[in-house]
Amino acid sequence: MTPLLSARDVTKRYGAHIGCAAVSFDLYPGEVLGIVGESGSGKSTLLNCLAGHLAPDGGEVVFDTRAEGPRDTLQMSEPERRMLGRTDWAFVHQHARDGLRMGVSAGGNVGERLMAVGARHYGDIRGKATDWLERVEIDATRVDDRPTTFSGGMQQRLQIARNLVTGPRLVFMDEPTGGLDVSVQARLLDLLRGLVRDMGLSAIIVTHDLAVVRLLADRLMVMKDGHVVETGLTDQVLDDPQHAYSQLLVSSVLQV
Amino acid sequence: MIELHNVSKTFTLHNQGSTEIGVLSDVSLSVAAGECVALVGASGAGKSTLMRMIYGNYLTQAGSIRIGDTEIVGAEPRAVIALRREVLGYVSQFLRVVPRVPTVDVVAEPLRAVGVDADTAKARAEALLSDLNIPESLWSLSPTTFSGGEQQRVNIARGFVHEYPAMLLDEPTASLDAANRDVVLRLIENAKARGAAMIGIFHDEAARARVCDRVVDVSVFTPEQAA
Repeated sequence: MTPLLSARDVTKRYGAHIGCAAVSFDLYPGEVLGIVGESGSGKSTLLNCLAGHLAPDGGEVVFDTRAEGPRDTLQMSEPERRMLGRTDWAFVHQHARDGLRMGVSAGGNVGERLMAVGARHYGDIRGKATDWLERVEIDATRVDDRPTTFSGGMQQRLQIARNLVTGPRLVFMDEPTGGLDVSVQARLLDLLRGLVRDMGLSAIIVTHDLAVVRLLADRLMVMKDGHVVETGLTDQVLDDPQHAYSQLLVSSVLQV
Repeated sequence: MIELHNVSKTFTLHNQGSTEIGVLSDVSLSVAAGECVALVGASGAGKSTLMRMIYGNYLTQAGSIRIGDTEIVGAEPRAVIALRREVLGYVSQFLRVVPRVPTVDVVAEPLRAVGVDADTAKARAEALLSDLNIPESLWSLSPTTFSGGEQQRVNIARGFVHEYPAMLLDEPTASLDAANRDVVLRLIENAKARGAAMIGIFHDEAARARVCDRVVDVSVFTPEQAA
Protein backbone atom coordinates (compact mmCIF):
# COMPACT_ATOMS: atom_id res chain seq x y z
CA MET A 1 0.00 0.00 0.00
CA THR A 2 1.27 3.49 -0.86
CA PRO A 3 1.45 5.87 2.09
CA LEU A 4 -0.92 8.80 1.76
CA LEU A 5 1.72 11.10 3.18
CA SER A 6 5.43 10.48 3.69
CA ALA A 7 7.57 12.92 5.58
CA ARG A 8 11.33 12.55 5.12
CA ASP A 9 13.77 14.47 7.33
CA VAL A 10 11.51 17.48 7.68
CA THR A 11 13.59 20.16 9.41
CA LYS A 12 12.74 23.72 10.39
CA ARG A 13 15.03 26.13 12.21
CA TYR A 14 14.22 29.53 13.62
CA GLY A 15 17.71 31.04 13.42
CA ALA A 16 19.84 29.03 15.82
CA HIS A 17 16.77 27.56 17.47
CA ILE A 18 15.44 24.20 16.27
CA GLY A 19 11.75 24.08 15.37
CA CYS A 20 11.68 20.43 14.37
CA ALA A 21 14.60 18.24 13.41
CA ALA A 22 14.73 15.48 10.80
CA VAL A 23 11.21 14.16 11.31
CA SER A 24 10.28 11.17 9.15
CA PHE A 25 7.12 9.06 9.11
CA ASP A 26 4.60 7.42 6.80
CA LEU A 27 0.86 7.92 7.15
CA TYR A 28 -1.38 5.35 5.49
CA PRO A 29 -4.95 5.88 4.25
CA GLY A 30 -7.46 5.74 7.08
CA GLU A 31 -4.81 6.16 9.75
CA VAL A 32 -4.91 8.78 12.50
CA LEU A 33 -1.54 9.97 13.79
CA GLY A 34 -1.32 11.87 17.06
CA ILE A 35 1.60 14.18 17.79
CA VAL A 36 2.05 14.97 21.48
CA GLY A 37 4.57 16.93 23.49
CA GLU A 38 4.71 19.95 25.74
CA SER A 39 4.43 23.55 24.53
CA GLY A 40 7.47 24.44 22.47
CA SER A 41 8.30 20.86 21.54
CA GLY A 42 7.88 21.67 17.85
CA LYS A 43 4.64 19.84 17.19
CA SER A 44 2.78 22.80 15.70
CA THR A 45 5.85 23.79 13.68
CA LEU A 46 5.93 20.29 12.24
CA LEU A 47 2.21 20.35 11.45
CA ASN A 48 2.54 23.69 9.69
CA CYS A 49 5.50 22.42 7.67
CA LEU A 50 3.55 19.34 6.63
CA ALA A 51 0.47 21.35 5.68
CA GLY A 52 2.49 23.82 3.61
CA HIS A 53 1.89 26.80 5.91
CA LEU A 54 5.57 27.05 6.75
CA ALA A 55 8.47 26.36 4.41
CA PRO A 56 10.80 23.79 6.01
CA ASP A 57 14.56 24.24 5.68
CA GLY A 58 14.98 20.70 4.48
CA GLY A 59 13.25 17.42 3.79
CA GLU A 60 10.41 16.10 1.70
CA VAL A 61 6.66 15.89 2.23
CA VAL A 62 5.37 13.42 -0.35
CA PHE A 63 1.60 13.25 -0.82
CA ASP A 64 -0.17 10.60 -2.89
CA THR A 65 -2.18 12.88 -5.18
CA ARG A 66 -5.30 11.58 -6.92
CA ALA A 67 -4.19 12.59 -10.40
CA GLU A 68 -0.43 12.08 -10.47
CA GLY A 69 0.43 9.71 -7.63
CA PRO A 70 3.09 10.53 -5.02
CA ARG A 71 4.52 14.05 -5.33
CA ASP A 72 6.70 16.18 -3.10
CA THR A 73 4.40 19.00 -2.03
CA LEU A 74 7.36 21.21 -1.15
CA GLN A 75 8.42 21.20 -4.83
CA MET A 76 4.91 22.04 -6.05
CA SER A 77 4.07 25.49 -7.33
CA GLU A 78 2.09 27.71 -4.98
CA PRO A 79 -1.18 27.43 -7.00
CA GLU A 80 -0.89 23.63 -7.02
CA ARG A 81 -0.35 23.54 -3.28
CA ARG A 82 -3.25 25.90 -2.69
CA MET A 83 -5.47 23.70 -4.82
CA LEU A 84 -4.46 20.73 -2.68
CA GLY A 85 -5.33 22.77 0.40
CA ARG A 86 -8.84 23.30 -0.96
CA THR A 87 -9.52 19.77 -2.15
CA ASP A 88 -7.67 16.80 -0.63
CA TRP A 89 -6.39 18.57 2.45
CA ALA A 90 -8.13 20.29 5.30
CA PHE A 91 -6.75 22.19 8.24
CA VAL A 92 -8.63 22.59 11.51
CA HIS A 93 -7.15 25.41 13.57
CA GLN A 94 -7.11 25.52 17.34
CA HIS A 95 -8.97 28.82 17.31
CA ALA A 96 -12.03 28.52 15.11
CA ARG A 97 -11.67 32.23 14.29
CA ASP A 98 -8.47 31.47 12.37
CA GLY A 99 -10.27 28.99 10.16
CA LEU A 100 -13.59 30.78 9.68
CA ARG A 101 -14.66 33.99 8.05
CA MET A 102 -16.40 35.71 10.89
CA GLY A 103 -18.26 38.26 8.76
CA VAL A 104 -19.96 35.63 6.60
CA SER A 105 -22.95 33.45 7.53
CA ALA A 106 -22.46 29.86 8.71
CA GLY A 107 -23.88 28.56 5.44
CA GLY A 108 -21.58 30.93 3.55
CA ASN A 109 -18.57 29.62 5.43
CA VAL A 110 -19.31 26.07 4.36
CA GLY A 111 -20.43 27.05 0.86
CA GLU A 112 -17.32 29.10 0.18
CA ARG A 113 -15.12 26.03 0.12
CA LEU A 114 -17.50 24.35 -2.29
CA MET A 115 -17.41 27.38 -4.59
CA ALA A 116 -13.62 27.37 -4.42
CA VAL A 117 -13.66 23.98 -6.10
CA GLY A 118 -16.15 25.00 -8.74
CA ALA A 119 -19.67 24.56 -7.31
CA ARG A 120 -21.97 27.20 -8.75
CA HIS A 121 -25.57 26.09 -8.21
CA TYR A 122 -26.90 28.12 -5.27
CA GLY A 123 -29.55 25.58 -4.28
CA ASP A 124 -27.04 22.71 -4.26
CA ILE A 125 -24.51 24.68 -2.27
CA ARG A 126 -27.07 25.74 0.31
CA GLY A 127 -28.46 22.22 0.52
CA LYS A 128 -25.03 20.73 1.06
CA ALA A 129 -24.11 23.41 3.59
CA THR A 130 -27.30 22.76 5.56
CA ASP A 131 -26.67 19.03 5.43
CA TRP A 132 -23.19 19.51 6.84
CA LEU A 133 -24.36 21.84 9.59
CA GLU A 134 -26.69 19.06 10.70
CA ARG A 135 -23.91 16.49 10.52
CA VAL A 136 -21.87 18.56 12.96
CA GLU A 137 -24.98 19.05 15.08
CA ILE A 138 -25.64 22.71 14.36
CA ASP A 139 -29.35 23.45 13.99
CA ALA A 140 -30.22 24.11 10.34
CA THR A 141 -32.15 27.23 11.35
CA ARG A 142 -28.79 28.86 12.16
CA VAL A 143 -27.57 28.61 8.57
CA ASP A 144 -27.91 32.35 7.95
CA ASP A 145 -26.39 33.43 11.26
CA ARG A 146 -22.84 34.63 11.51
CA PRO A 147 -20.31 32.60 13.48
CA THR A 148 -19.87 35.58 15.82
CA THR A 149 -23.24 34.61 17.30
CA PHE A 150 -22.08 31.01 17.90
CA SER A 151 -20.54 29.55 21.05
CA GLY A 152 -16.90 28.38 20.98
CA GLY A 153 -17.89 24.73 20.58
CA MET A 154 -20.29 25.56 17.74
CA GLN A 155 -17.64 27.63 15.98
CA GLN A 156 -15.26 24.69 16.20
CA ARG A 157 -17.88 22.35 14.74
CA LEU A 158 -18.62 24.87 12.00
CA GLN A 159 -14.92 24.97 11.18
CA ILE A 160 -14.94 21.20 10.88
CA ALA A 161 -17.98 21.29 8.57
CA ARG A 162 -16.30 23.92 6.40
CA ASN A 163 -13.20 21.75 6.16
CA LEU A 164 -14.84 18.43 5.46
CA VAL A 165 -17.53 19.51 2.99
CA THR A 166 -15.23 19.03 0.01
CA GLY A 167 -14.44 15.43 1.04
CA PRO A 168 -10.73 15.78 1.84
CA ARG A 169 -8.54 12.73 2.29
CA LEU A 170 -6.19 14.21 4.85
CA VAL A 171 -7.08 16.48 7.75
CA PHE A 172 -4.52 18.39 9.80
CA MET A 173 -5.76 19.33 13.25
CA ASP A 174 -4.01 21.68 15.63
CA GLU A 175 -5.39 21.21 19.16
CA PRO A 176 -8.94 20.69 17.86
CA THR A 177 -10.40 20.42 21.36
CA GLY A 178 -8.17 23.04 23.03
CA GLY A 179 -10.02 25.72 24.92
CA LEU A 180 -13.33 23.86 24.92
CA ASP A 181 -14.96 22.69 28.13
CA VAL A 182 -15.05 18.95 28.70
CA SER A 183 -18.67 18.27 27.76
CA VAL A 184 -18.18 20.06 24.45
CA GLN A 185 -14.87 18.23 23.97
CA ALA A 186 -16.55 14.86 24.40
CA ARG A 187 -19.16 15.76 21.80
CA LEU A 188 -16.50 16.93 19.36
CA LEU A 189 -14.41 13.79 19.88
CA ASP A 190 -17.42 11.58 19.25
CA LEU A 191 -18.15 13.55 16.09
CA LEU A 192 -14.56 13.39 14.84
CA ARG A 193 -14.32 9.67 15.46
CA GLY A 194 -17.52 9.03 13.52
CA LEU A 195 -16.36 11.20 10.62
CA VAL A 196 -12.94 9.56 10.49
CA ARG A 197 -14.53 6.10 10.37
CA ASP A 198 -17.38 6.89 7.97
CA MET A 199 -15.32 8.93 5.50
CA GLY A 200 -12.15 6.84 5.78
CA LEU A 201 -10.17 9.99 6.55
CA SER A 202 -6.53 10.12 7.47
CA ALA A 203 -5.67 12.70 10.06
CA ILE A 204 -2.71 14.21 11.85
CA ILE A 205 -3.70 15.60 15.23
CA VAL A 206 -1.44 17.80 17.30
CA THR A 207 -2.45 18.06 20.93
CA HIS A 208 -1.05 18.07 24.43
CA ASP A 209 -4.10 16.22 25.71
CA LEU A 210 -3.23 12.53 26.06
CA ALA A 211 -6.86 11.52 26.64
CA VAL A 212 -7.76 12.98 23.25
CA VAL A 213 -5.11 10.99 21.40
CA ARG A 214 -6.01 7.80 23.21
CA LEU A 215 -9.52 8.05 21.83
CA LEU A 216 -8.71 9.35 18.36
CA ALA A 217 -5.23 8.30 17.27
CA ASP A 218 -4.08 4.90 16.03
CA ARG A 219 -0.46 5.87 16.31
CA LEU A 220 1.49 8.33 18.37
CA MET A 221 4.61 10.44 17.97
CA VAL A 222 6.11 12.01 21.09
CA MET A 223 8.16 15.17 20.51
CA LYS A 224 10.59 17.00 22.72
CA ASP A 225 12.75 19.98 21.79
CA GLY A 226 12.04 19.49 18.10
CA HIS A 227 12.98 15.82 18.05
CA VAL A 228 10.75 12.78 17.86
CA VAL A 229 11.72 10.77 20.94
CA GLU A 230 9.26 7.90 20.62
CA THR A 231 6.74 6.53 18.14
CA GLY A 232 4.39 3.58 18.29
CA LEU A 233 0.90 2.29 18.70
CA THR A 234 -1.08 4.80 20.77
CA ASP A 235 -1.98 2.55 23.68
CA GLN A 236 1.50 1.03 23.73
CA VAL A 237 3.18 4.44 24.00
CA LEU A 238 0.72 5.56 26.68
CA ASP A 239 0.70 2.34 28.73
CA ASP A 240 4.32 1.25 28.30
CA PRO A 241 6.34 4.34 27.34
CA GLN A 242 10.01 3.58 26.67
CA HIS A 243 11.71 6.97 26.55
CA ALA A 244 12.36 8.95 29.72
CA TYR A 245 10.43 11.95 28.45
CA SER A 246 7.37 9.91 27.40
CA GLN A 247 7.36 8.29 30.82
CA LEU A 248 7.43 11.70 32.44
CA LEU A 249 4.66 12.96 30.17
CA VAL A 250 2.38 10.00 30.83
CA SER A 251 3.00 9.97 34.57
CA SER A 252 2.31 13.71 34.82
CA VAL A 253 -1.34 13.42 33.84
CA LEU A 254 -3.70 14.14 36.69
CA GLN A 255 -6.12 11.34 37.43
CA VAL A 256 -9.76 12.36 37.50
CA MET B 1 -2.98 -20.12 17.02
CA ILE B 2 -1.11 -18.22 19.73
CA GLU B 3 2.62 -19.04 19.95
CA LEU B 4 5.08 -17.48 22.39
CA HIS B 5 8.80 -18.27 22.25
CA ASN B 6 11.32 -17.12 24.86
CA VAL B 7 9.50 -13.90 25.55
CA SER B 8 10.99 -11.49 28.12
CA LYS B 9 9.88 -8.21 29.60
CA THR B 10 11.73 -5.62 31.66
CA PHE B 11 10.37 -2.25 32.71
CA THR B 12 12.91 0.59 32.89
CA LEU B 13 11.77 3.52 35.01
CA HIS B 14 13.91 6.36 33.68
CA ASN B 15 12.53 8.94 36.06
CA GLN B 16 12.99 6.84 39.17
CA GLY B 17 16.74 6.34 39.08
CA SER B 18 16.57 4.19 35.93
CA THR B 19 15.32 1.29 38.03
CA GLU B 20 15.03 -1.89 36.02
CA ILE B 21 12.27 -4.29 36.97
CA GLY B 22 12.44 -7.71 35.37
CA VAL B 23 8.92 -9.09 35.17
CA LEU B 24 9.05 -12.08 32.87
CA SER B 25 11.81 -14.04 31.24
CA ASP B 26 11.83 -16.87 28.75
CA VAL B 27 8.11 -17.41 28.50
CA SER B 28 7.15 -20.06 25.97
CA LEU B 29 3.52 -20.95 25.52
CA SER B 30 1.36 -22.34 22.80
CA VAL B 31 -2.41 -22.25 22.55
CA ALA B 32 -4.22 -24.22 19.86
CA ALA B 33 -7.52 -23.33 18.23
CA GLY B 34 -10.46 -24.30 20.43
CA GLU B 35 -8.31 -24.37 23.55
CA CYS B 36 -8.55 -22.16 26.63
CA VAL B 37 -5.46 -21.68 28.80
CA ALA B 38 -5.64 -20.11 32.25
CA LEU B 39 -2.81 -17.97 33.57
CA VAL B 40 -2.33 -18.28 37.30
CA GLY B 41 0.13 -16.88 39.80
CA ALA B 42 0.15 -14.46 42.70
CA SER B 43 -0.71 -10.81 42.24
CA GLY B 44 2.24 -9.11 40.54
CA ALA B 45 3.53 -12.32 38.96
CA GLY B 46 2.99 -10.82 35.51
CA LYS B 47 -0.26 -12.39 34.30
CA SER B 48 -1.75 -9.15 33.04
CA THR B 49 1.63 -8.01 31.73
CA LEU B 50 1.87 -11.15 29.62
CA MET B 51 -1.65 -10.64 28.27
CA ARG B 52 -0.86 -7.04 27.40
CA MET B 53 2.33 -8.10 25.64
CA ILE B 54 0.35 -10.55 23.53
CA TYR B 55 -2.11 -7.77 22.71
CA GLY B 56 0.77 -5.47 21.67
CA ASN B 57 -0.15 -3.05 24.42
CA TYR B 58 3.18 -3.58 26.19
CA LEU B 59 6.37 -3.66 24.18
CA THR B 60 8.20 -6.99 24.19
CA GLN B 61 12.00 -6.70 24.32
CA ALA B 62 12.98 -10.21 23.38
CA GLY B 63 11.45 -13.34 21.91
CA SER B 64 8.61 -13.93 19.51
CA ILE B 65 4.84 -13.73 19.81
CA ARG B 66 2.86 -15.03 16.86
CA ILE B 67 -0.91 -14.83 16.53
CA GLY B 68 -1.91 -16.77 13.40
CA ASP B 69 0.41 -15.39 10.73
CA THR B 70 1.29 -12.15 12.49
CA GLU B 71 4.44 -11.56 14.52
CA ILE B 72 3.67 -9.04 17.27
CA VAL B 73 7.22 -8.32 18.42
CA GLY B 74 8.51 -5.40 16.37
CA ALA B 75 5.33 -5.19 14.29
CA GLU B 76 4.27 -1.95 12.62
CA PRO B 77 1.43 -0.21 14.48
CA ARG B 78 -0.91 -0.71 11.55
CA ALA B 79 -0.22 -4.46 11.51
CA VAL B 80 -1.17 -4.63 15.20
CA ILE B 81 -4.28 -2.55 14.57
CA ALA B 82 -5.35 -4.85 11.73
CA LEU B 83 -4.73 -7.89 13.92
CA ARG B 84 -6.84 -6.45 16.73
CA ARG B 85 -9.61 -5.58 14.33
CA GLU B 86 -9.85 -8.98 12.66
CA VAL B 87 -8.18 -11.65 14.74
CA LEU B 88 -7.40 -10.84 18.33
CA GLY B 89 -10.03 -9.78 20.87
CA TYR B 90 -9.34 -8.56 24.38
CA VAL B 91 -11.79 -8.32 27.24
CA SER B 92 -10.17 -6.09 29.83
CA GLN B 93 -11.40 -5.28 33.31
CA PHE B 94 -12.04 -1.69 32.41
CA LEU B 95 -14.39 -0.17 29.92
CA ARG B 96 -12.86 2.73 28.04
CA VAL B 97 -15.23 4.55 25.71
CA VAL B 98 -15.89 7.90 24.14
CA PRO B 99 -18.33 9.67 26.46
CA ARG B 100 -21.86 10.14 25.12
CA VAL B 101 -21.83 7.14 22.77
CA PRO B 102 -24.87 4.87 23.33
CA THR B 103 -24.18 1.41 24.76
CA VAL B 104 -25.56 -0.40 21.73
CA ASP B 105 -23.12 1.48 19.47
CA VAL B 106 -20.22 0.78 21.85
CA VAL B 107 -20.99 -2.93 21.57
CA ALA B 108 -21.60 -2.86 17.81
CA GLU B 109 -18.39 -0.96 17.05
CA PRO B 110 -16.05 -3.97 16.59
CA LEU B 111 -18.46 -5.37 14.00
CA ARG B 112 -18.74 -2.04 12.20
CA ALA B 113 -14.93 -1.93 12.10
CA VAL B 114 -14.76 -5.21 10.18
CA GLY B 115 -17.30 -3.93 7.68
CA VAL B 116 -20.58 -5.41 8.93
CA ASP B 117 -23.49 -3.15 7.98
CA ALA B 118 -25.06 -0.96 10.65
CA ASP B 119 -28.35 -2.86 11.02
CA THR B 120 -26.81 -6.33 11.32
CA ALA B 121 -24.20 -5.03 13.78
CA LYS B 122 -26.90 -3.38 15.87
CA ALA B 123 -29.05 -6.51 15.90
CA ARG B 124 -26.11 -8.64 17.05
CA ALA B 125 -25.20 -6.11 19.73
CA GLU B 126 -28.77 -6.04 21.01
CA ALA B 127 -28.97 -9.83 21.15
CA LEU B 128 -25.78 -9.99 23.22
CA LEU B 129 -26.86 -7.19 25.55
CA SER B 130 -30.11 -8.96 26.20
CA ASP B 131 -28.30 -12.30 26.81
CA LEU B 132 -26.17 -10.47 29.35
CA ASN B 133 -29.26 -9.08 31.08
CA ILE B 134 -28.63 -5.40 30.38
CA PRO B 135 -32.12 -3.84 30.51
CA GLU B 136 -33.27 -2.53 27.15
CA SER B 137 -33.95 0.88 28.66
CA LEU B 138 -30.17 1.33 29.07
CA TRP B 139 -29.14 0.47 25.51
CA SER B 140 -29.48 4.00 24.21
CA LEU B 141 -27.50 5.49 27.12
CA SER B 142 -23.76 5.87 27.45
CA PRO B 143 -22.24 3.13 29.66
CA THR B 144 -20.08 5.69 31.50
CA THR B 145 -22.80 6.11 34.12
CA PHE B 146 -23.49 2.38 34.58
CA SER B 147 -22.65 0.34 37.66
CA GLY B 148 -19.40 -1.66 37.76
CA GLY B 149 -21.08 -4.95 36.96
CA GLU B 150 -23.06 -3.45 34.09
CA GLN B 151 -19.93 -1.87 32.61
CA GLN B 152 -18.19 -5.20 32.88
CA ARG B 153 -21.01 -6.89 30.97
CA VAL B 154 -21.02 -4.19 28.30
CA ASN B 155 -17.29 -4.78 27.97
CA ILE B 156 -17.87 -8.51 27.57
CA ALA B 157 -20.59 -7.95 24.98
CA ARG B 158 -18.18 -5.71 23.06
CA GLY B 159 -15.47 -8.36 23.30
CA PHE B 160 -17.65 -11.21 22.05
CA VAL B 161 -19.72 -9.45 19.38
CA HIS B 162 -17.17 -10.20 16.67
CA GLU B 163 -16.08 -13.84 16.44
CA TYR B 164 -12.36 -13.38 16.92
CA PRO B 165 -10.20 -16.47 16.23
CA ALA B 166 -8.05 -15.58 19.26
CA MET B 167 -9.12 -13.96 22.52
CA LEU B 168 -7.58 -12.67 25.73
CA LEU B 169 -9.80 -12.53 28.81
CA ASP B 170 -8.72 -10.54 31.86
CA GLU B 171 -11.01 -11.67 34.70
CA PRO B 172 -14.17 -11.78 32.63
CA THR B 173 -16.31 -13.07 35.52
CA ALA B 174 -15.12 -10.68 38.24
CA SER B 175 -17.89 -8.55 39.79
CA LEU B 176 -20.69 -10.57 38.18
CA ASP B 177 -23.59 -12.31 39.93
CA ALA B 178 -24.13 -16.06 39.47
CA ALA B 179 -26.63 -15.80 36.60
CA ASN B 180 -24.47 -13.44 34.55
CA ARG B 181 -21.35 -15.39 35.35
CA ASP B 182 -23.04 -18.40 33.83
CA VAL B 183 -23.91 -16.42 30.67
CA VAL B 184 -20.28 -15.32 30.31
CA LEU B 185 -18.96 -18.84 30.80
CA ARG B 186 -21.37 -20.06 28.13
CA LEU B 187 -20.09 -17.35 25.77
CA ILE B 188 -16.56 -18.62 26.39
CA GLU B 189 -17.62 -22.23 25.81
CA ASN B 190 -19.34 -21.26 22.55
CA ALA B 191 -16.26 -19.38 21.40
CA LYS B 192 -14.13 -22.43 22.14
CA ALA B 193 -16.58 -24.64 20.26
CA ARG B 194 -16.25 -22.48 17.13
CA GLY B 195 -12.45 -22.83 17.41
CA ALA B 196 -11.25 -19.70 19.19
CA ALA B 197 -7.89 -19.93 20.95
CA MET B 198 -8.18 -18.27 24.34
CA ILE B 199 -5.95 -17.16 27.20
CA GLY B 200 -7.64 -16.05 30.39
CA ILE B 201 -7.04 -14.86 33.91
CA PHE B 202 -9.67 -16.19 36.30
CA HIS B 203 -9.53 -15.67 40.04
CA ASP B 204 -12.81 -17.55 40.24
CA GLU B 205 -11.59 -21.17 40.55
CA ALA B 206 -14.88 -22.82 39.67
CA ALA B 207 -15.08 -20.77 36.48
CA ARG B 208 -11.49 -21.64 35.64
CA ALA B 209 -12.15 -25.34 36.14
CA ARG B 210 -15.24 -25.19 33.94
CA VAL B 211 -13.81 -23.49 30.84
CA CYS B 212 -10.03 -23.94 30.92
CA ASP B 213 -8.25 -26.94 29.45
CA ARG B 214 -4.85 -26.15 30.94
CA VAL B 215 -3.31 -23.99 33.62
CA VAL B 216 0.01 -22.15 33.23
CA ASP B 217 1.68 -20.77 36.33
CA VAL B 218 3.26 -17.45 35.37
CA SER B 219 5.41 -17.21 38.52
CA VAL B 220 7.86 -19.78 37.10
CA PHE B 221 8.80 -17.16 34.52
CA THR B 222 9.64 -14.54 37.12
CA PRO B 223 13.36 -13.77 36.93
CA GLU B 224 15.63 -14.36 39.98
CA GLN B 225 12.99 -14.83 42.70
CA ALA B 226 11.89 -18.04 40.96
CA ALA B 227 12.40 -21.00 43.28
